Amino acid sequence: MAKLDQGPPNYKEMLPPIIKENYGKWQYHEIPQPGVLKHVAESGAALYSVRVGSPRLVSIDFIRDICNLADQYCDGHLRFTTRNNVEFLVSDEAKLKELLETLSAQGYAVGGTGASISNIIHTQGWVHCHTPATDASGVVKAVMDDLYEYFESMKLPAKLKMGLACCLNMCGSTHCSDIGIVGVHRTPPRIDHEKLRKTTEIPTLVASCPTGAIRPDPKNKSVVVNEDKCMYCGNCYTMSPAMEIYDPRNDGIAILIGGKVSNARTAPSFSRMVIPFLPNNPPRWPEVTEAIRSIIELWIANAHKGERLGEWIERIGWEKFFSLSGLPFSEMLIDDYIFARETFRTAAGFKY
Amino acid sequence: MTEKKTPLLDELEKGKWPSFVTEMKRAAVKSESAGELLQVLERSYVEHRGHWKHGGIVGVRGYGGGVIGRYVDEPETYPNVAEFHTVRINQPSGFFYNTKTLRTICDIWEKYGSRLTNMHGSTGDVILLGCKTEDIQPIFDEYSEAGFDLGGSGSCLRTTNCCVGPGRCEFACYDTLEACYNITNEFMDELHRPMWPYKSKIKFSGCANDCTGAIARSDISVIGTWRDSIQFDQAAVKEYAAKNFDIQGLVCDKCPTKCLTYNSQAQELSVVAEDCTRCMHCINMMPKAIKAGKEKGASILIGGKSTIVQSAFMSSVVVPFMKMEVESDFEEFKDLVRRIWDWWDENGKSRERLGELIYRVGMGKFLRECEIPAVPQQVFRPRANPYVFWQQDDLDKSGTALDGSKL
Ligand code: HEM
Ligand code: HEM
Ligand code: HEM
Ligand code: SF4
Ligand code: SF4
Ligand code: SF4
Ligand code: SF4
Repeated sequence: MAKLDQGPPNYKEMLPPIIKENYGKWQYHEIPQPGVLKHVAESGAALYSVRVGSPRLVSIDFIRDICNLADQYCDGHLRFTTRNNVEFLVSDEAKLKELLETLSAQGYAVGGTGASISNIIHTQGWVHCHTPATDASGVVKAVMDDLYEYFESMKLPAKLKMGLACCLNMCGSTHCSDIGIVGVHRTPPRIDHEKLRKTTEIPTLVASCPTGAIRPDPKNKSVVVNEDKCMYCGNCYTMSPAMEIYDPRNDGIAILIGGKVSNARTAPSFSRMVIPFLPNNPPRWPEVTEAIRSIIELWIANAHKGERLGEWIERIGWEKFFSLSGLPFSEMLIDDYIFARETFRTAAGFKY
Repeated sequence: MTEKKTPLLDELEKGKWPSFVTEMKRAAVKSESAGELLQVLERSYVEHRGHWKHGGIVGVRGYGGGVIGRYVDEPETYPNVAEFHTVRINQPSGFFYNTKTLRTICDIWEKYGSRLTNMHGSTGDVILLGCKTEDIQPIFDEYSEAGFDLGGSGSCLRTTNCCVGPGRCEFACYDTLEACYNITNEFMDELHRPMWPYKSKIKFSGCANDCTGAIARSDISVIGTWRDSIQFDQAAVKEYAAKNFDIQGLVCDKCPTKCLTYNSQAQELSVVAEDCTRCMHCINMMPKAIKAGKEKGASILIGGKSTIVQSAFMSSVVVPFMKMEVESDFEEFKDLVRRIWDWWDENGKSRERLGELIYRVGMGKFLRECEIPAVPQQVFRPRANPYVFWQQDDLDKSGTALDGSKL
């Protein structure tokens, strides 16, 4: 008989002995080389964590591979990070070098520590969601391939965290990332009245729209969409297969930058839109990878040491960022949603 | 096994970053559904559109969530992924695993599913990607037998998540791993049986670096902090100085409150403790020399959420400091969240997150009705308008008659 409500496996059974012995007694850490963290406890014990990138969408064969490595070098212990990296927990320094050699020989991506680009948090996209305006895994792969040198080194001004959400529901944490990649639909849903009559409860469909853009059309036994109110979120398609939202010619990607969640130095902040639209161009999304690379290179060239992307832009001013980057500014980048006024410049001082 | 070609996806097997296409192909060697998923995805790459549908209630006996229905839009063309549901399995705190546990997850999934997973979903669960409706109950039964449980989905407490905390981080101000485990177990019913206006999330970060993104990604954000002064190891300060580390430039100049002073003669640091906002910057820069204070606990912030509906909200402070002690079984925290959830459940409209409800009805009402004291730490600055909704019952209503005479 299946047990209900037994809760997650107990983490205590998962911890390697070195962590059990030094739990809560870690003293400091260092990054001896990119991809390797060394945590030293009050007892003097040292734990090495070797960070390896993963595509997040992985087969059980991949999981079994990393289990074999963990058995061989870490007495069967490993963990994952919130950014979907794998961390091998090595308590025996002698095995560290061997593990690194094996990882390198087998083509694993070691890095993502310190002033580097870590794995991109992302969502499902065309692989497994119903409202995506772009793919998730494919864009991430293209961007990470392009920026790989910054994953395996630590030569950026500060850490750079990226997120990707494939529609504006933003399941990933793109809204507070240094660079957020967001899939956007740009056209209202297309109503298949025939299908709608057969499949859909109209009141629930009407209620599903966050902006109230859908009205019942009793004469037609269907609905109408007020296109001026629609912000193309796709919630109605969640409710009804008769409300197709995808539009291959107009779906694409927006870029938002400068957010962060950590409190260090400055308060956490939202990412801000700097490019309203780039086309979907699979399999490599060259427009997206180029745009992101130029932003990162501009930051590298201009930021002070230790300055996150958003901190740099806030220091020089967003208007200055646009002139430095040459990115076109347009009214699409000026907020017209609920909290728009907070972003208007209510001061007479500014740069060009 | 399908032998159809996937030229666009094949392109994504090149390059240095590990390839999800390679992973899908590995799964496809033994899984027909993974093979067909490749075909569906290749088609999306050609057509620039998705091919998945939502809807159809799927689940397991005794639970209201944890499984998400997913169907391909052309079941005749792709019969093996006609039903391709997601199962969410609650992860262990801190994503720590022993290989036996991971292999068990693989072995059960191999029997029924697509062999594909996400390690992990953005909320924290192990995501098992793609199974048939008829297999959902047996999948759950086997995982349950092996000691696993489902995660949350729908209008419930979503799977909680925490940072690595005292397991491996010297910055942790409370035991995030135990807090997450203990509090998840306390709220099993809330997690497994959706009954609220919408979803609610809790994330536990051990310090203000907030590695789980709690402030941005959870309705209830528990962020470790301390109440007394940061502590120095002046000998270690001298070691940093000896290595020509720019203490003045990289640490003191960037202290947001300018409360940290470096005496380059003595090679010593000092702090005006009451001005420090505990932002973590100096500790991050000099972990060997600077430590958090001794009186540790957490700040409780609430209301964070992503964009839908009223745009993205960040959580804001409601309780500046709370002890988060294993010994007291986190009672104070549990009491607080119960009060908050009850209030939200009573007042929230359908699909209204906690932050949106507070925005609609006012922070004042929220604080009063949840019996949380108002303190200046909750705001950056007080209001600039005089539109106070006075509590009429608190005023002297003995009143004045219409002609101005005393009543
Ligand atoms: C993401 C999904 C949804 C969003 C964003 C959303 C959003 C909204 C909004 C903004 C309102 C207007 C509230 C007001 O101004 O008073 C509303 C009302 C309503 N919604 Fe939803 N809704 C969602 C899903 C649903 C679902 C799934 C149902 C029912 C199955 C539903 C039922 C209703 C009802 C009955 C009302 C009117 C109730 C009232 O005015 O208090 N909604 N919704
Ligand atoms: C009404 C708006 C939303 C809709 C229609 C929606 C829909 C979905 C769907 C269908 C999935 C499952 C994808 C799959 O595995 O097949 C999903 C996953 C998820 N959603 Fe949402 N979502 C919405 C809003 C949000 C918001 C506002 C958040 C966060 C605050 C969020 C967080 C997540 C997370 C974390 C996942 C797991 C994603 C992953 O790890 O791949 N969702 N969402
Ligand atoms: C606007 C309306 C709706 C929205 C925005 C919506 C959104 C979502 C989201 C975001 C999920 C994924 C939940 C997660 O992340 O865990 C989901 C799951 C699901 N939805 Fe909906 N949904 C809507 C209406 C409905 C309706 C009317 C039904 C059924 C009649 C339904 C049935 C389901 C089922 C069965 C699941 C999977 C199980 C679950 O998560 O509880 N949805 N929906
Ligand atoms: S961001 Fe949108 S498309 Fe992507 S997984 Fe979430 S709901 Fe689906
Ligand atoms: S796409 Fe979103 S805003 Fe537009 S009609 Fe559908 S639910 Fe409403
Ligand atoms: S949030 Fe703080 S305590 Fe937790 S892992 Fe990050 S730095 Fe360490
Ligand atoms: S924690 Fe932040 S505010 Fe406090 S002394 Fe260090 S840098 Fe300054």
